[in-house]
Amino acid sequence: MSTMSPIPRRSFLAVSGIVSGLLVAGGPLSLIAPGRAWALEMKVLTSSQGGALMSVARTIAPHDNLEDAAYALVVKAIDAAAAADEHVRSLVAAGLAGLGGDFASLTEAARTAALKAVEKSAFFQLLRASTLANLYSSAIAYAHFGYEGEAFSKGGYLTRGFDDLHWLPEVPLQDSGPGVGGG
Amino acid sequence: MVQIAHDDSDAIVIIGSGAGGGTLAHELTRRGIKVVLLEAGARQSLASFSQNPGEAFAQLTWLEPRTTSGSWTVREDYPGLPSWTCKTVGGTTVHWTGATPRIRPWELRARTTYGHIAGASLIDWPIEYAELERYYDHAERRLNVTRRHGNPGLPASSHFKVMYNGAKRIGYKQVHTGYLAVNTRPADDRGMCIQQGFCVQGCKTGAKWSTLYTEIPRAEATGHLDLRIRCRALRIEHGENGRVNAVVYHDESGQELRQRARLVCVACNSIETARLLLLSESARFPHGLANSSDQVGRNYCRHTAGFVWGVFDQPIRFWRGTTLAGIVEDETKHDPKRGFAGGYHLELAALDLPSLPLAGFPSTLWGRELGFLMDHYERMAGMLINGEDMPRATNRITLDPTVKDSFALPVAHIHVDEHDNDAAMRTHAQRQGRAIYEAVGAIRTATSRQTPATHNMCTARMSKNPGDGVVDEYGRAHDVPNLFISDGSALSTPGSANPTLTIVALALRQAEYITRELSARNL
Repeated sequence: MSTMSPIPRRSFLAVSGIVSGLLVAGGPLSLIAPGRAWALEMKVLTSSQGGALMSVARTIAPHDNLEDAAYALVVKAIDAAAAADEHVRSLVAAGLAGLGGDFASLTEAARTAALKAVEKSAFFQLLRASTLANLYSSAIAYAHFGYEGEAFSKGGYLTRGFDDLHWLPEVPLQDSGPGVGGG
Repeated sequence: MVQIAHDDSDAIVIIGSGAGGGTLAHELTRRGIKVVLLEAGARQSLASFSQNPGEAFAQLTWLEPRTTSGSWTVREDYPGLPSWTCKTVGGTTVHWTGATPRIRPWELRARTTYGHIAGASLIDWPIEYAELERYYDHAERRLNVTRRHGNPGLPASSHFKVMYNGAKRIGYKQVHTGYLAVNTRPADDRGMCIQQGFCVQGCKTGAKWSTLYTEIPRAEATGHLDLRIRCRALRIEHGENGRVNAVVYHDESGQELRQRARLVCVACNSIETARLLLLSESARFPHGLANSSDQVGRNYCRHTAGFVWGVFDQPIRFWRGTTLAGIVEDETKHDPKRGFAGGYHLELAALDLPSLPLAGFPSTLWGRELGFLMDHYERMAGMLINGEDMPRATNRITLDPTVKDSFALPVAHIHVDEHDNDAAMRTHAQRQGRAIYEAVGAIRTATSRQTPATHNMCTARMSKNPGDGVVDEYGRAHDVPNLFISDGSALSTPGSANPTLTIVALALRQAEYITRELSARNL
């Protein structure tokens, strides 16, 4: 969790807004994070914009058992992009305003319909791309989805289960090749 | 390493160090010919390859902008990355999956085999299969391809077991772990495959052939190679006699330099090769170098491509194992009864977690369907369609009228309207792919649309008739006797095979030809 700070640390840098939450007890993150509470301090987005973006990200890529902290990384990336580029900042602000102040409190069906209506917009494409690029690339996501990531340092999977599927028949040798030790 | 003087008018200059340029550089230098090899990218190594997918992408990819138009779905799904090519020593041989099927004999006679197809610009290759076959053999031995010349295949991964059993159950016969330039045992100073699944980020054992750690260091060892990295070619110049005589490039420090040349070989991957020729316009070649036929940049092919995904109720963990070690060959035939000309391969394909939603699904996919698929990441199987697409004169690379790169030069603009034949083939292939997974109990299947092109071909194609293409059967420009094209641009038609093996075979053949012509003082 190097990308977010545990509460109650507050930075002396200018902070525009905050999104925060609690890690799920017993979840993969709670084992590696320094505390259960987390907070994301944003540079340019307001707390309510951050909350709405969390909700947009969850509507674009819904995973009921994936904790908010994973979605906060999407908000963090959008906040950073907005801080670096005035165009992004106004695109996000206008897009969120268009969704209405109560977007985060709508039902999922209503949120989906609202986003469907703006699906072709630059705002939605930015949020979709940002969500996909940041939600699945974190250590949180690797743990949640069971992805093992880098394997070279562990010797790959040649002797660690690259062929351990047994619910289908094996492939005859002429269509595959010799395994470890030539067998 | 030799240093060749900038004013040495005997220099052979190769632009691009990938499958074509890297192989050609080795073949010429080992015969004692001095070569300047210009490479726009940096030099990585087995140790420096990043295993973080996002970092690896940034480390290896050509990131200068390209623009796109046309009715193809890539314009909608990947407007910022219509093509995915590399900028690094070794080029796309660092990033490729190692898949080395051959173009089929009848595919070399595409125009004759398929007949006239409205809206397509098919031609036959100027080379007979029997001739190309000799170089395929040579290339396969060079790359140490599995399942060829007595080599065993790679062992079957869990992921391949799913493809294999499904394909067999729906009646396919030619299904196996593929022809791959991947060592099953240490050989040729390269390591062996440890089934780690990080093929396209740069293979850290070197099991997968790349010019980065084979042809290029061997060329350096001859003492005849002057490799200049982070050097971007800007234009090729010619003399009053119409022969090329220099390459102007930017070096790492931003200095503009001019390398005199006796011979120039362009191998920048199809899009940039066409762009460089177009940028090299002059009073004598007002439409671009070697472009009196107006064929430079046209007939752009990228293979009919796309993913098919199957979701199962049991774990597969498809990221474990050689990414592309599985192939179905049965559909590479030409059988018009299927409703289209040409054929396709189905190839095993997995994506790492961060890349799957970005590269594996269309931009229209989001919400619960996306959530469902990603929730089943451990239980997914995947395959990639790789089919012959129809060349069209209007599918072409041009210079963008407004967008400039970091050298203030117009970027490549890619226009593609898919031919109906491509769409019919994709529909057929997606149906067959889904059937494979359903035959072994898939609870859901999904497909992507066309993916960003990693196979870029035919933009400076070989042709018997100079009016139909840009180069002859040896890759020598019809218009300019000492200018050669040495990459996938020169393919006359795309065929249904991943292009690298063919590019290497043609480079081996071209190297023999250049050597012969140089010693006969014809060049």
